[in-house]
Amino acid sequence: MLATTVTSGVVVLVGAVFLACAVEMVEALTIVLAVGHTRGWRSAFEGTGAALAALAALVAIFGPALTRVPLSSLRLIVGGVLLIFGMQWLRKAILRSSGLKAMHDEDVVYRETVAELRASSSSPQRDRIAFVMAFKGVFLEGLEVVITVLTLGTSAHRLGLAVAVAAVAVVSVGIVGVAVAKQLSSVPENAMKMGVGVLLVSFGTFWTGEGLKVRWPGNDVMLIVFVALYLAVTWGLVGYLRRSRPRTATVAQ
Amino acid sequence: MSERRPPWPVRLVKGFAMFWWDFLIGDTPELFVAALVTIGVVALLRGVGHQNAAAVIALPVLAVVSLVLSVRRAAKPRE
Repeated sequence: MLATTVTSGVVVLVGAVFLACAVEMVEALTIVLAVGHTRGWRSAFEGTGAALAALAALVAIFGPALTRVPLSSLRLIVGGVLLIFGMQWLRKAILRSSGLKAMHDEDVVYRETVAELRASSSSPQRDRIAFVMAFKGVFLEGLEVVITVLTLGTSAHRLGLAVAVAAVAVVSVGIVGVAVAKQLSSVPENAMKMGVGVLLVSFGTFWTGEGLKVRWPGNDVMLIVFVALYLAVTWGLVGYLRRSRPRTATVAQ
Repeated sequence: MSERRPPWPVRLVKGFAMFWWDFLIGDTPELFVAALVTIGVVALLRGVGHQNAAAVIALPVLAVVSLVLSVRRAAKPRE
């Protein structure tokens, strides 16, 4: 029984961290590739390196601090944040799958970034623009990775595992991304986002309850129940919206 | 006349606050409010009423209702 409960929690944790980090890495890599191909790799790498250093500093500062917060308070705060964040992801993925919102297309993002970079001046400021764009892309997407890893890892008392899984996700996507160069649009990003949304809402529900001293039947096994529940709701909502509305993609983001 | 930029600590704090605003509220304030209401209801059930079974059911049900209402709000055609 103990092995079963530990495995349930760990499997869901690993899945959530891996998928969330992979999705954010795809988005960051698209921007870095656009900067590198358009304005040169030096600025792209410098911007990426500076952003990674800033993110590492944030982890070094907030990681140990989070482990000192009492566990029930930490789980309530983390649960609430994950509940909100997960529902936002899930909502967006549902609207995209049902055709009410345009799919996130990495080809479009790539073309828009390239156009923006080409339109900007080619003065000595050129490198600065490329640096800033690479830095912002990596830092903002990376910040979501940091928050996901810190919140999931510390609440589950498995920060080391969460960091290791995040590193594997980032390196794997990095290798694949470099290999396929500009074809990141072939990554099934919306399906991955939907999966992450389901897992984050499941963890959010579980830890919010833990933080409020709710005794879950079966302990960690309830995570699997929540995953099944939210998957069913997501599937039902997508089906309902597809049947009841014309497929008009309206919002691109 | 050129506008003076605020000093970097002000920009840093402002940027940090803006990040959390976008992260938690953004274009879905209803989900933020729904999460707070959910936590409040479950805290009352568990802490005041000592109703563990009701809390076990209420938490996921309120989360599902919040999600469904938010999706329906987004799907509603604009006038």
